[in-house]
Amino acid sequence: MGGNSPLTGSVSPMSAEYRRRPDIFRAICLFASILTILLLAFIFGEILIKAWPAISKFGLGFITGIQWSPNRDIFAVLPVLIGTAASSLLALLLALPLGLAIALFLSEDFLPPAIRHTIRFVVELLAAIPSVVYGLWGIFVVIPLVQKYGTILSAKFGFIPLFAGPAYGNSLLTASLVLALMVLPTITAISRSSLVSVPYALREGSYALGATRWETILSVIIPTAAPGIVASSILAFGRAMGETMAVAMLIGNSQRLSWSLLSPSNTLSALLANQFAEADGIQVSALMYAAALLVMLTLGVNIAGEAVLRHTQKATAGLR
Amino acid sequence: MKGIVFFSAITLTLCFPRFPIPTMNRILLAASLLASSILPASAATALNGSGATFPVPLYMRWASDFQKTNPNITVNYTGGGSGKGVKDFIANLTDFSGSDVAMSDAEITNAGGNVLMLPATAGTIVLAYNIPGVQAGLKLSRNAYVGILLGLIKNWNDPAIAKENTGVTLPNTPITFVARADGSGTTAVFTGHLAAVSPEFKDKVGTGKSVTWPVGIAGKGNDGVTALIKQTPGAIGYVEFGYAENNKLTMASLQNKAGNFVTPTLESGAASLSSVTLPENLRAFITDPEGVNDYPIVTFTWLLVKKTYTDAAKAAAVKAFVAYGLTAGQAVAPQLGYITLPANVVSKVQAALATVK
Repeated sequence: MGGNSPLTGSVSPMSAEYRRRPDIFRAICLFASILTILLLAFIFGEILIKAWPAISKFGLGFITGIQWSPNRDIFAVLPVLIGTAASSLLALLLALPLGLAIALFLSEDFLPPAIRHTIRFVVELLAAIPSVVYGLWGIFVVIPLVQKYGTILSAKFGFIPLFAGPAYGNSLLTASLVLALMVLPTITAISRSSLVSVPYALREGSYALGATRWETILSVIIPTAAPGIVASSILAFGRAMGETMAVAMLIGNSQRLSWSLLSPSNTLSALLANQFAEADGIQVSALMYAAALLVMLTLGVNIAGEAVLRHTQKATAGLR
Repeated sequence: MKGIVFFSAITLTLCFPRFPIPTMNRILLAASLLASSILPASAATALNGSGATFPVPLYMRWASDFQKTNPNITVNYTGGGSGKGVKDFIANLTDFSGSDVAMSDAEITNAGGNVLMLPATAGTIVLAYNIPGVQAGLKLSRNAYVGILLGLIKNWNDPAIAKENTGVTLPNTPITFVARADGSGTTAVFTGHLAAVSPEFKDKVGTGKSVTWPVGIAGKGNDGVTALIKQTPGAIGYVEFGYAENNKLTMASLQNKAGNFVTPTLESGAASLSSVTLPENLRAFITDPEGVNDYPIVTFTWLLVKKTYTDAAKAAAVKAFVAYGLTAGQAVAPQLGYITLPANVVSKVQAALATVK
C-alpha cells in the first residue's frame, strides 16, 4: 500500500478532534476480550474447585489407573484417555489425506468453476449436519459394515493386536470412521483457502522452470500452504476430541484397555455425557477431574498446534 | 402484588381518558380487570415430580387420567433417573420424586427424615437377546447368565447354554453383552440380583447404579440398550420388561431359586411380589425370590413423598394423586407392562399415605 493515498495521506481537523475523545469502540473491544479470558478462567477454575475432592483423593493415579467403578468409589481414566487420543488420531489419519485431496482438487482448475463451487458447497455442508444425525447414520450404516468386515479382518489378521477379535460393531474403528467424516469439512475448507492463497506468481515461476503440474503442486504449492494445512489438522483434531454425541452412540462406552481397533472403547466427552446425570458424591468430582483433563488436553493440542504453525511459517518463509 | 397491578391498571384505564382506547372497550376492559381481581382464581395446584425413567409412561398416564377427574390439580413428572429424583427431592426441587432404588439411610437423613417411600408399581428386568435364528424362550441357567456377564462364556454355542436348550440350534456367534452406560436403578436392581446369586459376581463386579462390567458394550438409557440389542447380532442385555415388550425384543427364560425356568410375564412377576412381606418403612429389596413360579429379577419402584408439606393444598393434592394411583391406577398398569401391586401391599401403602400432612 502506498502511503500517499487520499484516504490515509492527510489528517483532517475533524478526525484529529475525534481522536482526542475517549475511544468507546476500543473500550468495548477491550472489555469484551478481557471478559472472554475471565470467562475461560472462571469455567476452568469452577471445574477445578468441583474436581478438588477427587484430585486430592486420587492424585496422578487417576491418570495412570485403569479402573472406573463408581459402585466402589474407584476412579481412574487411563483407558478413557487412550480412547480419546486414539479415536481422534485415527480420525485425523483417515480424514487428512482425503480432505487435502479434496482441497487440492477444488483449488486447482481441473473442473469448471461452477462444478467446483457445487462440490465445495456440498463438502462444507457436511459441517452443518447435527452430531446426532451422524450418530444415527453410524448406527445404521457404519456399524453393520464394521461388524461384517471386522469379523473377516479379525479372522484373517487377528494375530496382529490391532485387529484382534471378537469384532464389535460399536468400536473404536466405527467411532473414528464417523469422526473422520465429521472433521472432513474443517480440513477441506481451511486447507483449500490456504492453497488458493498461494501467490499465482509462484505457480507461474514453477511452470516457467519447466515443472509439471504435479511437481508444482507437490513441491511448491503444498509446502507454501503447509501452515494452513497444519492449522486445519489441529482444529480437526480438537473437534474430534471434544465430539460427544455421535461418539457416545458409536464407541460402545466401555472403559477397558484393549489394543484392538475392533474393541469397544470410550472417550472423556462420552463418559461425561453418559454419567453426569446420575452421578453423586465423589463420582461428580471424578467426572469434573475428567472434564479438567479434557480441557487441558484440548488446550495442550491448541498450544502445540500454535507452536507447529509458527515453526512451519518460519520454515516456509523463504517461499513467500 | 397482583391486586395492586390490577388496581392501577383499572385506575389507568378509567382516569386517563386521553389514553387512546375507545370508550366502550375501556369499560369492558375495566370490568374484566375488576372481575379477574375480585373473583377467586381457580385453586389450581401443580405437583412437580422427577426421577426414575422406568415408570415414566405409567406416571404420565396416571397424571393425564387423574386430571380428567381433578381438573384443578396438574401433575408433572419428568424422568432423568432415580438418582436425579432423590437429589431433587433432597434439594426440595420437587413435590414428589420417583426412584427404582429406595433411599439409603444417609439420603433419608439428608432429606431431614421428612420422607415416605411408597411402592407405586413394580416391574421385572429381563435379559433380552438377538441371536439370528433363535426364537424367544431361550433358557438360561444361573450359571449360564452369570457366566455370560462375567465373560466366562463367550459364544452362543457354549455347552453351558446348549445343555438347557435341547432342540435349539445355537449359532457359533460371539456374545455381545449390552449394559447401561449411565447410572441407573435398573442396573442397581439387576446387579443386586446377580450378587445374591453369585459370590464371584459380588466379588468381581459388585452392586450399584453404575458398575464396571468385565465384558461388552454400553448404551444410554433403556432405549439405548434396546437399540444396541436390536442392531447387534449376538447381543444380550438387560432392560425393563415394558421396554422389551414395546420393542418386541425376544426375552430369555431365567432359572429361579427353586430351579425352574420362568418366562418373564406380568403373572410371573406378580408371583414374585406375592412372596414379599413389606417391612414397616416399605423398603424391600427382592434380590432372589423363592417361590416355585417366581421370576427371579423383580423390583418395586417407589414414589418419594414428604411426611409433612408446608402447603396444605399440596399435601391434599399429593394424597389424592397417590391414592388414585393405588386404586384406579393399578388397573391400567398391566396395559403398560407394569405389575399390579398385590392387595396386601396396596393396603399397607394406603395406610402410610394416610399419615401425610
